[in-house]
Amino acid sequence: MSVKEGKTTPELVSEARHPLERWLRTDRLPHIWCPGCGLGTALSAFLFALEELGWDPDSVVVVSGIGCAGRAAGYLKLDTYHTTHGRAIPFATGLKLAKPELHVVVFSGDGDLFAIGGNHFIHAARRNMDIAVICVNNFNYGMTGGQLGPTTPVGSRTTTSPFGNFEHPFNLVHLAASAGATYVARWTTLDGRRLTKAFAEALSHKGFTFVEVLAPCPTGYGRRNRLSEGLDELRYYQEHMVIRHGADPKEADIVLGKPFLVGKFVDIEKPSYLELYRAKLQELEVGDGACGAVGKGLS
Amino acid sequence: MSPSLTTRRSAVLSGVHFMSGDEAIAEGAIAAGCRFFAAYPITPQSEIAERLAWRLPQIGGMFIQMEDEIAALAAVLGASWAGMKAMTATSGPGFSLMMENLGLAVMTETPCVIVDVQRGAPSTGLPTLVAQGDMMQARWGSHGHYEIIALCPASPQEAFDLTVKAFALSERFRVPVLLMTDEVVGHMYERVEIPSEVPEAPRRKPRVPPEEFLPFKPDPDLVPAMACAGEGYRIHVTGLTHDERGYPDMSAEAHDRLVRRLVDKIRLFPQEYTFYEEVQLEDAEIAVVSYGISARVSLGGIELARKAGIKAGLFRLITAWPFPNEALFRLAQKVKGIVVVELNLGQMSREAERAVRGQVPVHGVYHAGGRIHTPEEVFQGIEEVYRRCR
Repeated sequence: MSVKEGKTTPELVSEARHPLERWLRTDRLPHIWCPGCGLGTALSAFLFALEELGWDPDSVVVVSGIGCAGRAAGYLKLDTYHTTHGRAIPFATGLKLAKPELHVVVFSGDGDLFAIGGNHFIHAARRNMDIAVICVNNFNYGMTGGQLGPTTPVGSRTTTSPFGNFEHPFNLVHLAASAGATYVARWTTLDGRRLTKAFAEALSHKGFTFVEVLAPCPTGYGRRNRLSEGLDELRYYQEHMVIRHGADPKEADIVLGKPFLVGKFVDIEKPSYLELYRAKLQELEVGDGACGAVGKGLS
Repeated sequence: MSPSLTTRRSAVLSGVHFMSGDEAIAEGAIAAGCRFFAAYPITPQSEIAERLAWRLPQIGGMFIQMEDEIAALAAVLGASWAGMKAMTATSGPGFSLMMENLGLAVMTETPCVIVDVQRGAPSTGLPTLVAQGDMMQARWGSHGHYEIIALCPASPQEAFDLTVKAFALSERFRVPVLLMTDEVVGHMYERVEIPSEVPEAPRRKPRVPPEEFLPFKPDPDLVPAMACAGEGYRIHVTGLTHDERGYPDMSAEAHDRLVRRLVDKIRLFPQEYTFYEEVQLEDAEIAVVSYGISARVSLGGIELARKAGIKAGLFRLITAWPFPNEALFRLAQKVKGIVVVELNLGQMSREAERAVRGQVPVHGVYHAGGRIHTPEEVFQGIEEVYRRCR
């Protein structure tokens, strides 16, 4: 068919499907994220991981808190819950315990998970609760206009640290490992494939697992810190990141201008909350009613 | 839900028991089909958590002690969306921490039951002693405008019965239901009869396949059907203002439409949740309006009044919210004065004043808490308003 007949273009368009379309609520696109933001990369790596895992989409639940990363849940064609600020983890905990056959993932940001929600993070990790937590760390509160957050590096300028940040930030992988997470990794949005692999590993690993994703936020963070374009921050990652699997997460601090560690820091086996709960009930021999609810779906 | 969760017969402790109000709430929850409980320890609620920590694992349920009350209610909401009947229990300080997620429950129309065993407040106040100071927080504690249902038991038996009722109402209206009890009812031991069969309130399930389902499109009674996680409907649930698809809609029109529906779905059906008890009101000139433990104390004051020749009676609020405006308005047409007895310095009395619309004087007999009223104090209140009305 010739172009003149005016049919070639529509056919081409109809053939150009997004490879992850089946996971997306396409009627909600375009998304709200700014040009240069790393959230799109993190989300597509997450969806490629789901493709790779091959799970029934009906068995995957994504829970988010509030903020830019918190909006991720709303774009996914899954059972998704956009909860209150900081409370995605306890919401996910209730969901998982009530229906253990579901794969429950928390997808949220650094401010949501580690400032207002920090207490829930450490306790879920301590319990080795059977959920995976993905934190897209953009070093600031992007949604509200670029304020200082719990991961903002010392010296960074934000709208609420106009003279440069003088608070020490959390080293998230160290925090996760210390609190009891059984899988801990950190990558940047420069590493789509490694991210996908880490997500797939974290989602299929038993117990509480954690992946930190360093992501550019040119609008909120970058432009106040000489990283005006998304690519500038990616270049910064490329120049400063050092891949070291199995490194002591204590050494993974992120200090401006200095090399920082990425990789898989923790990958251990430890009885999970549901595993221990079910084992105790079996030991008590409390009858067939006891283990059915919480035992279902556990291998 | 796995089959083990629905075989409830053995789980219900049918028969006659001697138990506390707190224990009766725990048993009421189990009888109603609740199989998920999350809470944080606080006096005078702990007996509820302790009993459910012992009972739930043995009947296929799940108990978890969370890191705070914020997490406790968040976990309850998650469990509800996973298809379970779920409850949390707390007292004043924890109730305050739950307020933000209470709003999430209202906005996302999540059925659940929240128990507040009220104690002396503000702040840490009197952790072990009675009060009824959270009644307005129950009504307006979360941000924004909303409607909610709150019930007030006056005995362990009623604590059991109203817990069952609370679950039924929460499923019927898809709204969190508050059980506003108090330290004395929570800790008093009385006879509690648990029936052999407690009908389980059904959850309103989608009646169309996933591709046709709109998760927040209401039925004619303004309540939408609820598709839970893992059921194949793949819905989005958000605390943001949303349309019938559940998608965020930041328009003023969508917001007004949604908030009005959330209010109207409850307000339009008062006959389904308005419960009260009338004692000796047939010939009464003075009506005592009270609830919870204060209503029981008021009976002593009414007896003293009758002995003194004042015809008094009791209007006991079982439903605190939505307030039974109509019933109070009609009551005011029959009596000469109203005395409100409560363990705060005037909360439900404001509602009573609003409801009677100036027809008769409303007099409060207040105590900030720490102890219950004496019958004499109630009698004095009755006498005073009686004098004023003559």
